[in-house]
Amino acid sequence: MRRNPNPRRHDRFDFRPSPSDALTDHRRSQARRRLVLVVLALACLAALTLDVMTGPSSMPVGRILAGLVDPGRLSAPEAAIVWGIRLPSALLAVLVGAALALSGAEMQTVLNNPLASPFTLGVSSAASFGASLAIVLGLGLPFVPADAVTTLNAFVFAFGSVLLLQGLARAQRGGVQSVVLFGIALVFAFNALTALVQFVSSQEALQQLVFWTMGSLSRASWRAVAFMAAVVVLAAPFSLWSARALTALRLGEDRAMSFGVDVGRLRFLALLRVSLLSATAVAFVGVVGFVGLVAPHIARLLVGEDHRVFLPASLLSGALLMSLASTAAKALVPGALLPVGIVTAVIGVPVFLLLIFRNGARG
Amino acid sequence: MSAPLHIQGLGAGYRDRAILQGLDLAPLPAGQVVSLVGPNGAGKSTLLRAVAGLIPASGSARLGDVELNALSIGERARHVAYMPQTLPQDVALTVLETVIAALEASPLDGPPRGAAEAAMAVLERVGAAELAGRRLDRLSGGQRQIAALAQAMARQPRVLLLDEPTSALDLRHQLEVLTLARDYARERAAVVVMVLHDLQAAARASDHVVVLAQGRLRVEGPPAQAITPQVLADVWRVRARVEPCARGQLQVMVDAVL
Repeated sequence: MRRNPNPRRHDRFDFRPSPSDALTDHRRSQARRRLVLVVLALACLAALTLDVMTGPSSMPVGRILAGLVDPGRLSAPEAAIVWGIRLPSALLAVLVGAALALSGAEMQTVLNNPLASPFTLGVSSAASFGASLAIVLGLGLPFVPADAVTTLNAFVFAFGSVLLLQGLARAQRGGVQSVVLFGIALVFAFNALTALVQFVSSQEALQQLVFWTMGSLSRASWRAVAFMAAVVVLAAPFSLWSARALTALRLGEDRAMSFGVDVGRLRFLALLRVSLLSATAVAFVGVVGFVGLVAPHIARLLVGEDHRVFLPASLLSGALLMSLASTAAKALVPGALLPVGIVTAVIGVPVFLLLIFRNGARG
Repeated sequence: MSAPLHIQGLGAGYRDRAILQGLDLAPLPAGQVVSLVGPNGAGKSTLLRAVAGLIPASGSARLGDVELNALSIGERARHVAYMPQTLPQDVALTVLETVIAALEASPLDGPPRGAAEAAMAVLERVGAAELAGRRLDRLSGGQRQIAALAQAMARQPRVLLLDEPTSALDLRHQLEVLTLARDYARERAAVVVMVLHDLQAAARASDHVVVLAQGRLRVEGPPAQAITPQVLADVWRVRARVEPCARGQLQVMVDAVL
């Protein structure tokens, strides 16, 4: 600890600004955190490029890069591989990672629980159940494509699960702990319902359902990329706008309210964003665990919990993790594309344990 | 600026359990320190939380002409700051960042200018400048309590509510915090209300003592009138002596449980 050798004590409570070593340290720390954000963004770009360059077809790296800059230099089959399959899949991985991580970061703060994430509190399970119902019952809407109906139903169930969580917690007035317990109950309930749907579904529908439960980027499309990007672009500014209040909430609900934060409203709007982000992500790629849980912890270790930096750092960490997982899904078993949800779990669990032990050693 | 705090007919509680009912207190003048004392479950923290707007309350809590119960959370935070009993755990923020967070939290506060400088000045005023760069979850309980005091004072409230501000502090820091509370009340012409269990500290640090028991007011007034052997016997069920020492400060000596 660096002690201020000559701390200046003010005589009055007017709190006039004064220069100090601690302030200089604070500004350096803020600059370092901004640098971390830039490094994370560059790492995401590198991971995205690596993801596009990885795949079963043996296209030379130089040709892929040239094709990314100028699609006209690729043959029709090459363009179909790079622009039709690899690029949408790689971009969707980045966007889904970003969405899940931002959801996890906000959930962990508003529920004051480091284990909260869309995966652990039932939002993903609810979305998965909604998608399953749409597939098995063959739900349809006029002028709406079938997969869009599945996505919509996934969102409706995810958002419904968040409303249910809030409603039950409010009815019990049990606060944050009740929300977490109800969330765990929802995981079991929706998983059981999804299993029931799988049990009664046809062979063809069952194959589609496996996609939801394992998580896969194989159905990536430009439409999915555009939709996912729109949701992230829509939600992220509102998250950042709430960053100061969310930082205050880390000091406790009573303190935040005493500082002027309407905690009930903040929590409701944050969970609304969480349901939008996580439901859309699950609707396009199925259930992907651990990204929403681990990425905020990585961000916390890198930049602390000032949410103006923590939220973007979580978003970028999630994008990076998911992009690396997408590459690993293609590279781990040559010639086979593993479901990305399996890879995130395989990578996520040891990373999570490492984080816990490192934190414990420091603490 | 120097408005007294009026508590009239105040009722508050949790779920279906009413703790305070129709509580009336004498006006609490600006520039004074008021101690709330009483046995466990007397309603002391409930009273602070009701005045802070953290729980629904009936009746009136009025600061001068401003009815606090009619204000939104954001508007109320411009007048009142509350330091809770519980200390946050596992928070990856430095002490300076927590004080900045206190200054910047509400959207009503507008875009903050010089929040870091103002936060640093508060930490220097409470003698915690050397803690500024340390993470909150790496501090001792006492250090976190001082950081929490800085967060509450940073907002320069006209009513400062402190729930057991000295519970985790050693003797020296207890005295420092009580002195800070008194100086803040005097210099900002603010009403400082704090919950204390240490009657001797309450007698030493306060201008006015409110004794609560089972959600009701038992007695209030200057320390010498509110803290008496009879009150200790009636409210705390102990036999005690209350005598001024050579310097005139009240000494509370408990002899036996009744």
